[in-house]
Amino acid sequence: MSSESLSTFESSVPGDVHRTTTADADAVLDDAVEEPAVGTALPYDDVSLPGSVDTDPSPSTLEAAATGVTPAALGIAEYGTVTIPSGAAGDELVSLYTPRHVAVVAASDVVPDMPTAYERLGEDFAAGMDTQVLATGPSATADMGTLVQGVHGPSETHVVVLEDR
Amino acid sequence: MSSRRDTAERLRRLMATEGDAVGQNTRTVNQLSDYAIQRFEDYEDLRDAAREIKESAIANLPDLIDEVTEAVEANGGQVHVAQTAADANRIVENIMADRDAEKLVKSKSMTTEEIDVNDHLEAAGYEVVETDLGEYVIQIADEAPSHLIGPAMHRSPEDIADLFNREFDLEEDLSGDPNELTEFARERVGEHIREADVGMTGANFVVAESGTLMLVTNEGNARKTAVTPDTHVAVAGIEKLVPSLADLQPFTELIARTGTGQDITSYVSLLTPPVDSPVPDFEADEMRPADDRDFHLVLLDNGRMGMREDDDLRETLYCIRCGACSNACSNFQAVGGHGFGGETYTGGIGTGWEAGVHDLDSAGEMNDLCTGCSRCEPKCPVEIDIPWVNTVVRDRINHQGEDDDLDFLVEGLTPDDEPAGLDLQKRLFGNVETLAKVGSLVPGLSNAVAGSRPGKWLLERAFGVDRRRDLPEFADETLREWYGARGAQVSDPDRDVVLYPDVYTDYFDPDRGKAAVRALEALGVRVHIPAVPESGRAPFSQGMIETAREQAEAVHGALVTHIDDGRDVVVIEPSDLAMFRRDYDHLLPERSAERLAENTYDVMEFVYGLLDNGADGDDLETPGDDAGVAYHSHCQQRTMGVDEYTESVLSDLGYSVRTSDVECCGMAGSFGYKSEYYEVSMDVGEHLHDDLGDVDERALVASGTSCQEQLDVLYEREVPHPVELIAPR
Ligand code: SF4
Repeated sequence: MSSESLSTFESSVPGDVHRTTTADADAVLDDAVEEPAVGTALPYDDVSLPGSVDTDPSPSTLEAAATGVTPAALGIAEYGTVTIPSGAAGDELVSLYTPRHVAVVAASDVVPDMPTAYERLGEDFAAGMDTQVLATGPSATADMGTLVQGVHGPSETHVVVLEDR
Repeated sequence: MSSRRDTAERLRRLMATEGDAVGQNTRTVNQLSDYAIQRFEDYEDLRDAAREIKESAIANLPDLIDEVTEAVEANGGQVHVAQTAADANRIVENIMADRDAEKLVKSKSMTTEEIDVNDHLEAAGYEVVETDLGEYVIQIADEAPSHLIGPAMHRSPEDIADLFNREFDLEEDLSGDPNELTEFARERVGEHIREADVGMTGANFVVAESGTLMLVTNEGNARKTAVTPDTHVAVAGIEKLVPSLADLQPFTELIARTGTGQDITSYVSLLTPPVDSPVPDFEADEMRPADDRDFHLVLLDNGRMGMREDDDLRETLYCIRCGACSNACSNFQAVGGHGFGGETYTGGIGTGWEAGVHDLDSAGEMNDLCTGCSRCEPKCPVEIDIPWVNTVVRDRINHQGEDDDLDFLVEGLTPDDEPAGLDLQKRLFGNVETLAKVGSLVPGLSNAVAGSRPGKWLLERAFGVDRRRDLPEFADETLREWYGARGAQVSDPDRDVVLYPDVYTDYFDPDRGKAAVRALEALGVRVHIPAVPESGRAPFSQGMIETAREQAEAVHGALVTHIDDGRDVVVIEPSDLAMFRRDYDHLLPERSAERLAENTYDVMEFVYGLLDNGADGDDLETPGDDAGVAYHSHCQQRTMGVDEYTESVLSDLGYSVRTSDVECCGMAGSFGYKSEYYEVSMDVGEHLHDDLGDVDERALVASGTSCQEQLDVLYEREVPHPVELIAPR
């Protein structure tokens, strides 16, 4: 990650970007989360989900949640994209069924462009993390005449960047 | 095939009911995608890369099928290769039965439209629900998709509200507010997804080495469809296979730019099923383990292996169905995919798909709507020569049934090599040079006959030439006759060129040829106007490939000695220049085609080059103060990228230049003369008129003959070629 990539990333994400450090992450996450919330565990040392976040939701809890929090494997600066690996913890469901999705990404995982992203994806896939969604902004449709945001996926997306990770 | 009158009536109805919505949607997306491409530096490099990946994937298809079968099975899924649509449907039905399923939800997929899986499953007693909102609308309306990626693009929000209000028993009627409609459809569809037993998706790409699917979406319905029910069936044409994950990179960067005008869609899912996500069982309100998941990949052949063996249709298999070629097409913008479409596929490339997976009859209904204007080509992310695919299919349609339809009488009248059964209209327009030669022997008489009521009646009845059009009038003296008498008027030339005497300039509009001569002479060039045959554009555009090839060979023969002598060839008519520069590639040996392509120039491009190299332009005509000009460049000129030279020359001489933004004038050679297409042509023309706006205070010029004719009618004034503006009087 270069600081240039990071600022490109910040300006291309179609949604709110929160740059923070591990020390302040708890407060930032608290702010970004609207309850009821569901989520999957974050893999970053010293950063954890707010206590109110349900990490083992039933389908009905999932459906009723206002926010879903998941880690992102990559940020792609040029596109403002995050990649969400979907594992047994249910990241795909959490990031999809909730109206607000909060993705948490380490600054060191923000890559400048798509070719670099595919290099990383290649490594991930070879290591078994072989289902990931490249997500860019809220879900949308133009099928009903004009652009409407928030269809089957989130209508609002946030990205939390851990600058010291 | 239906009669001309039926065709005209069908298209008229479509323009009245669906034209507005289609026009607005396609033009908006076309502009957005132009803009997205302009901002994207890597566009051309990635197109080259994408093309190469597709070429080699299709070449290695049998191996890729084996490889993906192994990969999917190793992941715990199953692969089924279906030879035909019926096979594919049977496979899906068996999966439904095995899983004891009742309801299947689907995300948008053209391949499943191709096999009509909905009808098949419903007939077998299953419930099928489309989850893409556009598909959901047309499922309720019981219609076919009108666009590769915007299936309900032909409907306005008000239409959709009416449809929902009629279909559902609502307490309160829906208005035409897109937010409200989306919310409504989303709720209904969401419920179906939660209840479904099986989720069916297509795939934009399938990675052979890992069994990974790529799904490109905005709504998120495909993600839900794939992950919510415990059983996932993906149906994909075999052409969707690419070797490795890395191959997806160029497509990830291209598909939204050309398709929707976004840089990237909301979601690009790379999933390797069966996936690890727990299964959300909404009925029992519990998460079931991922082990319960079942995955089936149905790979559909249905004619594709045949296309792969077919040198001309093969590149259709490279198509990633982004829909850009439809959005960039003037005729598609006017009539939409219900007019410009076959059984399943729509738009320019639809012809290739229909000919490959269905038959020539299905392709035939839409094929004439491609006028070869070529504006789709720069938009195609995999560089398919879409007009060529259409020309080839047209040629095959012309030859259909030729063995049992020998019409000796007609055969004797026209000199081409085409089959006897060929439509008379195509034959008339394809042999325009012969007709011009005969007609110009007695120009006064020919004009009188063609312009008379009985003459027009005959032309319409026998040849389908619309009586509302005036055919171009023969000039009293051809360009070559004039030049033969006049001779060159440069004594000490800087260089010698051949001015190509195209049929229209020579027989119908010598004035623009004379202007070209004067402009070139004013820049110190000696002009030669030898007898050179018609370029082959006329028969080529009617799908008469053999005739076009003979013309091309004759043109090459006539020009090559001049080129050997160091003479460049200057061309006034852009559609002929496009033959020399691009289309001869399909008609002549490579070396000959290259020779012509490298040594032919648009007349204004040539003038620009002369001026740029220091020629003295003082003798050219310059405008007075504040002179404005409105300029409509020819579609093929734009594709070749030579329109900008006209703009530069005019503005360097002091004009303020306003240009049109539309893709095509609507006339498109002979298209606008044909009685079944006259109204489509005028509809496209009206759009050009709206775009150029009021030109009362300006000069109005156009480079193409047919554009000039169309603008003559739209503005009720004579529209010259730009060279006529700058040539010394
Ligand atoms: S032919 Fe090219 S532009 Fe047209 S849909 Fe296919 S990929 Fe897109």
